[in-house]
Amino acid sequence: MNANDNAILARLQLDYPQFTLDVDLGLPGTGVTALFGHSGSGKTSLLRCIAGLERAGTGELRFKGETWQSGRQFVPPHRRPIGYVFQEASLFSHLSARGNLDYAVKRAPRKVERPVAFDQAVQLLGIERLLERRPDQLSGGERQRVAIARALLIQPRLLLMDEPLAALDMPRKLEILPYLEGLKRELDLPIIYVSHAPDEVARLADYLVAMEDGKAVATGTLEETLSRLDFPLHLGEEAGVVLEGLVAERDREWRLARVVFDGGEVWLRDSGHAVHSEVRVRILARDISLAKERQAESSIVNALPATIVEIITDEHAGLALVRLQVKDERSGDSSFLVSRVTRRSAHLLGLHEGMPIWAQIKSVAVI
Amino acid sequence: MHFTDADLTAIWLTLKLATCVTALLLLVGTPIAWWLASTRSRWKSPVSAIVALPIVLPPSVLGFYLLVFMGNNGPLGQLTQALGLGVLPFTFGGLVIASVVYSLPFVVQPIQNAIEAFGQRPLEVAATLRAGPWDRFFSVVLPQARPGLLTASVLGFAHTVGEFGVVLMIGGNIPGETQVVSVQIYDHVEALDYAGAHGLSLLMVVFSFLVLLVLYAFNPRAVLGTGGK
Repeated sequence: MNANDNAILARLQLDYPQFTLDVDLGLPGTGVTALFGHSGSGKTSLLRCIAGLERAGTGELRFKGETWQSGRQFVPPHRRPIGYVFQEASLFSHLSARGNLDYAVKRAPRKVERPVAFDQAVQLLGIERLLERRPDQLSGGERQRVAIARALLIQPRLLLMDEPLAALDMPRKLEILPYLEGLKRELDLPIIYVSHAPDEVARLADYLVAMEDGKAVATGTLEETLSRLDFPLHLGEEAGVVLEGLVAERDREWRLARVVFDGGEVWLRDSGHAVHSEVRVRILARDISLAKERQAESSIVNALPATIVEIITDEHAGLALVRLQVKDERSGDSSFLVSRVTRRSAHLLGLHEGMPIWAQIKSVAVI
Repeated sequence: MHFTDADLTAIWLTLKLATCVTALLLLVGTPIAWWLASTRSRWKSPVSAIVALPIVLPPSVLGFYLLVFMGNNGPLGQLTQALGLGVLPFTFGGLVIASVVYSLPFVVQPIQNAIEAFGQRPLEVAATLRAGPWDRFFSVVLPQARPGLLTASVLGFAHTVGEFGVVLMIGGNIPGETQVVSVQIYDHVEALDYAGAHGLSLLMVVFSFLVLLVLYAFNPRAVLGTGGK
């Protein structure tokens, strides 16, 4: 915990006839915070309250010591140092792509510590060739990239993104995700990212706020929240953990890469990341099976010695979720994994808390 | 066909009146339209109804109350007299004010519809790009509502050119001051000068047709009186 952990304080309520939002959150002032939940969970409403677009909200909102809302005090959206990317294309139809970017440039505050230059934003989003086009001459993905560049050029101190990829099909989504990762890597800008898609969250988020029925039901770092067995949102097949690791070695012959994370390491398909580069790997619960003894002859490359921390019955009564800890005894570093096995297997293997076990990882992917 | 000097004076006066009225209508009508399009106030319905009244009221009723309102003992009349401007009925100024009231719905409704059509989203976007309310009005509302503003201008202008009853009640028939084309035609007919009436009438028919032609060519969905809904 440091001072940054509660850079954004949001104690907000919103009362609509069909829907109530009621949250009390402290969010970090760096990295990507995902507001994650199913549709209707209140994540967009919360984002709109943070932006000041939802005037009906009551409560308190502070950003790095500045009060944006408190009692009758309400800073209107155009006075908040935010950038906002809407779900659907929101470019001004009467302006070209460049005109849309200039709209932000003209209105950006003059005194900014490390301003995002026009060329930098254009290059980060790869829209050099699109600048003279009108919005109706751009594809959905291109429009969204221009909208993101525009949100950066207002020189925000907090970037709010409302499901920026939800209106796009899979290829378009995959086209934009790398730009978002680039943005995260190159700019020191806190981002609040609303999404209902576990794959987006796994790739982008550092911190997670799970929303349900207008309430924040789980908050914490991505690694910690996703490895919780009582994670309140039913992820089904998408349940699994995300680990931050480092590429330690690349095997040219077999085209594999060794990724080291706290407490363990895995071999996976070499996806071209250089040695020493930081990568994020995702291991789904359904892809980890458990064995009492190390299987010598098996196609499974990765088997990690682990300790069972917790076992619960999954949504489906025939399945069990097992939380495992992998630990490096010398350094003391550890990570958590989640495995999904049938309850019958758990019974036959005699699984119980504190028991050492081999976690056999069928599949692991760099994301 | 030839026009007398009086005819030409009436044509010129009509154009002058319609131009002044259209300019004023855009200035007055646009803020009203914006307010009506974006407010959730309980005053929205009453204000909409008041703005739309001239569509349903007989021009004589409207003209009568405007006459009273602007006359010697009316509130506006008292004000203009206190300011040393005399009273407005039977002057060009009075005609302008009456015409503005009379044509207001024809200007407010197309603009309101245009603003409602593009919705709140562009305004929210502008707000997150640090545009304050005035900035949003000039940088988003006006450019996005341009088709509506065009329709409104054409309708406001044409409707003012075509008015008769209110002019007669408020302005009477003073050449060069309040005698517009429609009144001049009436005079010609009264004097049994059918040729004179025919010349001006045909001019009005051609003018109105051209205006509507242009309007529908640019905005096929425009419907008179309901302002493009």
